[in-house]
Amino acid sequence: MCLAIPAEVTKLLSDEMAIVSIDGVSKEISVALIENLAVGDYVIIHVGYALTKIDPEEARRTLELLRELSVEGQGVAP
Amino acid sequence: MKYADEYRDKEIALGLAKTIRAETHLERPYRFMEFCGGHTHAISRYGLEDMLPNNLRMIHGPGCPVCVLPAGRIDMAIRLAERSEIILCVYGDLMRVPGSQGASLLKAKARGADIRMVYSTIDAIRIAEENPEREVVFFAIGFETTTPPTAVMIRLAEKKRLSNFSVFCNHVLTPPAMQNILESPDIRSIGRVEIDGFVGPAHVSTIIGTAPYEFFAEEFGKPVVISGFEPLDMMQAILMLVRQVNENRHEVENQYSRAVTRDGNLRAKEEVSDIFELRDQFEWRGLGQVPYSGLKLKRAYAKYDAEVRFGMNELRVDDNPACECGAILRGVKKPVDCKLFGTVCTPETPMGSCMVSSEGACAAHWTYGRFRDHQQRRAS
Repeated sequence: MCLAIPAEVTKLLSDEMAIVSIDGVSKEISVALIENLAVGDYVIIHVGYALTKIDPEEARRTLELLRELSVEGQGVAP
Repeated sequence: MKYADEYRDKEIALGLAKTIRAETHLERPYRFMEFCGGHTHAISRYGLEDMLPNNLRMIHGPGCPVCVLPAGRIDMAIRLAERSEIILCVYGDLMRVPGSQGASLLKAKARGADIRMVYSTIDAIRIAEENPEREVVFFAIGFETTTPPTAVMIRLAEKKRLSNFSVFCNHVLTPPAMQNILESPDIRSIGRVEIDGFVGPAHVSTIIGTAPYEFFAEEFGKPVVISGFEPLDMMQAILMLVRQVNENRHEVENQYSRAVTRDGNLRAKEEVSDIFELRDQFEWRGLGQVPYSGLKLKRAYAKYDAEVRFGMNELRVDDNPACECGAILRGVKKPVDCKLFGTVCTPETPMGSCMVSSEGACAAHWTYGRFRDHQQRRAS
């Protein structure tokens, strides 16, 4: 029920629909809840709807921070 | 899968575990509730509990919509589906949820009721268009994540002038349930667990944003960290909670900034507020009646409200007295504390709702956690 996955928008269709690619598998979903969507954007999809766009800059920053936090503990005995 | 695989890196996870271990104070407990079933599932699936210090406990919360749906609402849906003119459309997770006396939608379907599993509300609209001579009812369930799709569906039904379509609405809200866990007088009398902080839901928060948790954090003095569903997201959120506890802070922090903003999805929130209004109260399995925690269709949309359209009466059903789902949903008990767990109650033959959904605490423990019980038994 809560499962939602990131997917890339590959084609915008009429009637607030779009085709997304999930690891190469194509699926038609509703994009009625998203504004200013473009091909190449990544969205989180859930029960056939795009809930939100993924911010690539924030995603990169989070990964960087995760690496830093991970290194902080390296000097500690397990 | 981009935006998923990079957040599952084992080496970074091990480093994060060391950082958490280094920063937790041994003399005090850390008790964090992950509200959302998706987080419960991720903790079990990726074995995160094994990476955390012994004095840090994750408590599974009531954030699994299938698990908190009371048996009476399942019975109401079954009665509806048994009417010959009705096609009932449901999300697949609901099919095996127990109603009263072992009833379920799956058994009703086997007896001939026209119940159809759908992936999306768009499918339900399509079924209504294809069957103009039948009444199509969508069994709407879920937190703030699935409510906007239901709202869009009603807007579509109106646009297409569908006169054979309605919704059995069971949508519920996250913040009132979190509040209820901490302050309800019922909870005080039936037992509750001490909680030092909350891991806030990921996808619910993409819709509602981080702002609704601010009052909660301030009022109850509890830190809240909104977290993504990947294992590294959760490890980082736990570290952020540890730091807040250590520094005696109680703020709302957003670990899932790649998908969640302070205001959330304004368009989705508008769709919801156009069509839904608050119920005075709604029954949750395990929490009882929770004030202002459920949604119903506004009067202007009464023709799409199955409860009005078909004169559905509210049914109240007591859970199986031996089933501990209620206490497990509140974090008071663990799955292994229930004498039904793993005996008569398994994912193949679920007696309680926590065993039905893969996000339920019992199903997650059954699938990924039982080896730990075995190890503990051998150690003692």
